[in-house]
Amino acid sequence: MIEVDNLHKSFGESHILKGVTTSFEKGKTNLIIGQSGSGKTVFLKCLLGLFTPDEGYICYNGNIYNDLSPDQKRNLRQEMGMVFQGSALFDSLTVEGNVMFPLEMFTKQSKSEMQDRVNAVLKRVNLIDAHHKYPSEISGGMQKRVAIARAIVMNPKYLFCDEPNSGLDPKTAILIDNLIQEITQEYDITTVINTHDMNSVMEIGQKILFLKNGHKEWEGTNKEIFKTDNEAVTDFVYSSELFKKVRQMYIEERN
Amino acid sequence: MKVNIIIFTDRSLFYMNYIASIGSYFIMIKEVFRKPTKWSIMKTLILKEIDELVFGSLGIIIFISFFIGGVVTIQTALNLTNPLIPESLIGFAARQSVILEFAPTFTSIIMAGKVGSYITSSIGTMRVTEQIDALEVMGVNSLNYLVFPKIIALLLYPFAIAIAMYVGIFGGWIAGVFGGFTTSASFIEGIQLDFIPYHVAYAFIKSIIFAFVIATIPSFHGYYMKGGALEVGKASTTAFVWTSVAIIILNYILTQLLLG
Repeated sequence: MIEVDNLHKSFGESHILKGVTTSFEKGKTNLIIGQSGSGKTVFLKCLLGLFTPDEGYICYNGNIYNDLSPDQKRNLRQEMGMVFQGSALFDSLTVEGNVMFPLEMFTKQSKSEMQDRVNAVLKRVNLIDAHHKYPSEISGGMQKRVAIARAIVMNPKYLFCDEPNSGLDPKTAILIDNLIQEITQEYDITTVINTHDMNSVMEIGQKILFLKNGHKEWEGTNKEIFKTDNEAVTDFVYSSELFKKVRQMYIEERN
Repeated sequence: MKVNIIIFTDRSLFYMNYIASIGSYFIMIKEVFRKPTKWSIMKTLILKEIDELVFGSLGIIIFISFFIGGVVTIQTALNLTNPLIPESLIGFAARQSVILEFAPTFTSIIMAGKVGSYITSSIGTMRVTEQIDALEVMGVNSLNYLVFPKIIALLLYPFAIAIAMYVGIFGGWIAGVFGGFTTSASFIEGIQLDFIPYHVAYAFIKSIIFAFVIATIPSFHGYYMKGGALEVGKASTTAFVWTSVAIIILNYILTQLLLG
């Protein structure tokens, strides 16, 4: 479980996060949504420890991140998996090399043990024939799956995803969403996803945090988001014609 | 009066930025040597960088040294018109120029362009594509992982400079003898004349320091760059300029310290 209390972060004059308080439960897919510039990425980078908050704290299973020693922080980092927006795969390594990287770096496993683990996670993300290909030789969807495999290879307790569906076709996006949700339940991990994609909100948003101008504007589930009267949320959610029609149908059904 | 104050403030900020960058550079160097990467991984990275940075540069080093040695010999020969000056001075001048300056300094400037821009663009691209963030999230000391192997690989740079010295003098011999400026015997007599082994040591000491500069300044510009593909290109250019400036200033200081 991750608890966030009164998180503030500024860069020079611009105050990006203005006192965000929330919590993300274990075994659930937690989504952070909001318009561009609302502070989602900064919030996620604070959760990852890449940015240090100016005020407030982040608590991982009862341990306040800023109170941890450098060694404890390093150990905690090894319990985190991250799927970056652009996948962030290492260009110089093959698919197998990318997935094996954390194992080689942090474990004392034998080569065969590492190979078995890599094969298992690549199979889990449905990538069987791409072991020896380089990131530039595979599609965007496959790169995302490699990034997920790399993120879960160390059996993390926390999985963070920054816009995992960006640049993917709708069908592949759904596959990636489902994969993340299945992995979250299967490994019983705390997953936090930063997204713009309303399909993801509908499909896997077990908890949704809506950020607006660095504030927590609303939070709830994917069922509640379509019923809320919060103007900022409805403006965001129903900005697409498709969702306007869905809402219209919902209202008609209710009446 | 008010305008003067504003100009002074802008200039102060301008200098403050440079001082801050120099400070950041030294903090980066400290970080590079902190929390080392696992040796089994580091070993592979070092071998890869030796191949890329040192062996990959031998071709251009040999090519440039050969022709520079030739040009130095021709220039010296053309300027020695007094018949009282012995012909062996052509070989002597070629040897001294190549060993003291052309091999270590001129080659380093070329390497600042070739190797330096490669380092800045490769690290800068990793920054843009969030690969450095990925390393940090995993708990890897990204500076050690990326910069340390380059520093170690470039410790072999003096070997490249030794080759540059040999090829430069050989180029001088070819140009001198086959261009009809001197005889082979006179040239060889010249390159053996008053030879001081310390001059070679001086060149190697300079090469080691230049190698450190070539590995770290471009890494600094790549690692701390912000923006996209355009900024990667700009960072490569800036890195080349600052690496060259550092090499030229250090060359002056080292010459004063070691030979002065």
